[in-house]
Amino acid sequence: MEQWIQLTIDGITLGGVYACIALGYTLVYGVLRMINFAHGELFMMGAFAGVYTLQGFQDHTSLNEDLPSLTITAAIFMGIVVAVVLAVLMERIAYRPLRHAPRLAPLISAIGVSIFLRNVMLRYTNARREVYPDVFPDGSIEIGDVSVSYIKLFLIGMSILFMVGLYLFIQRTKTGTAIRAVAEDRDTAALMGIDVDRTIVLTFVAGAALAGATGVCYGMYVGNAAAGMGFIPGIKAFTAAVLGGIGSVPGAMLGGYFLGLSEAYTTKLFGAQYKDVVAFVLLVAVLIFRPWGFLGKREDRRA
Amino acid sequence: MTANGSDVSVIPHAAASSAHLEVEDVVSGYGQIMAIKGITLRVDTGEIVALIGANGAGKSTTLRTVSGLLRPRSGRITFEGQKLDSVAPHKIVARGISHVPEGRAIFSQLSVRENLEMGAFQRKDKGGIAEDMERVAVIFPRLRERMKQDGGTLSGGEQQMLAIGRALMARPRLLLLDEPSMGLSPVLVETIFNTIIDINRAGTTILLVEQNASMALQIASRGYVLESGTIAMEATAAELRASDRVRKTYLGES
Repeated sequence: MEQWIQLTIDGITLGGVYACIALGYTLVYGVLRMINFAHGELFMMGAFAGVYTLQGFQDHTSLNEDLPSLTITAAIFMGIVVAVVLAVLMERIAYRPLRHAPRLAPLISAIGVSIFLRNVMLRYTNARREVYPDVFPDGSIEIGDVSVSYIKLFLIGMSILFMVGLYLFIQRTKTGTAIRAVAEDRDTAALMGIDVDRTIVLTFVAGAALAGATGVCYGMYVGNAAAGMGFIPGIKAFTAAVLGGIGSVPGAMLGGYFLGLSEAYTTKLFGAQYKDVVAFVLLVAVLIFRPWGFLGKREDRRA
Repeated sequence: MTANGSDVSVIPHAAASSAHLEVEDVVSGYGQIMAIKGITLRVDTGEIVALIGANGAGKSTTLRTVSGLLRPRSGRITFEGQKLDSVAPHKIVARGISHVPEGRAIFSQLSVRENLEMGAFQRKDKGGIAEDMERVAVIFPRLRERMKQDGGTLSGGEQQMLAIGRALMARPRLLLLDEPSMGLSPVLVETIFNTIIDINRAGTTILLVEQNASMALQIASRGYVLESGTIAMEATAAELRASDRVRKTYLGES
């Protein structure tokens, strides 16, 4: 029993990460009908921004020991800034010029951006991992026979916090409403006086902020940042977005947790080597039997 | 109800030119197909002008070109004396033109209130927006009851009310209406057209595209007949109603 609880906690931990990344896919898909395959690299770049920030504090100050809450906040902030700047640049350079091109063109461009960013970081780090300084307090809480480390609780909590923040932004703010309006009907949104190009950029920004912040928290959790670290979580999160229904914000969250839990239970039932298999089996199954996902819209009204 | 818009449009520009909107020799369309092939029309301040014609004559293309969704291939469009062609659509809204597109195009997944808020997207005056929200609710009481519902749950008539109400939220001085009668029962058409008259009396100039030519010519002061992308006739509404050609082709009389 304890083992299942433990697995559930692991699933929620990973699921929250998938969900946060999946939101970026789903938001961009909503406004552009395009899969930003470079989105996982924003997560990776966020993790690097975080590790370099914390290493900087480590080398020049004693703040990592004296005031870890400050340095962690600064690391998350830097992760957001770097991911957002990159997202704005990639939209401007790689996607906007292809706005009226056939749908395959921006997709290929996105894969190009992804390969580019990964290789820049491979080169910069000489393919080595950057180790996160040990800033987070060790230890865990025990509930009965189940023990949950503080860092795991932190990751679970932060991913929920990020998601709630994004959800409120999309649902309650004027800009969020404009994003939903552009997602539904770009021409009509323009007739409302909404600057569509600007709204698309803001959509990238929102998704990137989430990916960058999550990248830092995830990096702290696993203890390092590496050039290849965005690839698998990126593809898993894409799977989560499709599971939940691409374009649907609640769907991305649901899909993320569903996938995280599925993986955790698979580890127990079939062995850890099947963990990655299950994600793609689910993806294929959903694409065959329910291509619009759990919460997506059945029809695509845009021709 | 306040006659917003009117104070701006009626006085200062009337002196410079009586024309509110001028479309001169405009060619426009989609890709290689030019749906309008050099049309010239004028809407004066305070008027209701009807643009009638068959399906595919270029009526919607004309409106979409004025509101900036389509860029004219050639020709000139001026509004209140300022050039409008190749200005982005969201900036055209800021200049005082609102376009209610064909098929209403309300945001089905946004609530009625959110739809109205989007209509006022460029405005910062919270008090004024609240005032106008109330004004729209007075004009269309059925919307008031449905403020929290998703737009997609409304009936066709309610969606048309929402589309018009939403356009008014921008306080336009010129309102472009594309087929407001489409798919509505005769009673609802009557209601919508009465509202259009009220909106016009409150100071908003209107360019009305309609297949229902008889309704359009009842409320318009002047009209244009569009045929295959060119202006076939131009006259006062009364003259058009009396013309044999219009009666046979567009009013369904023999």
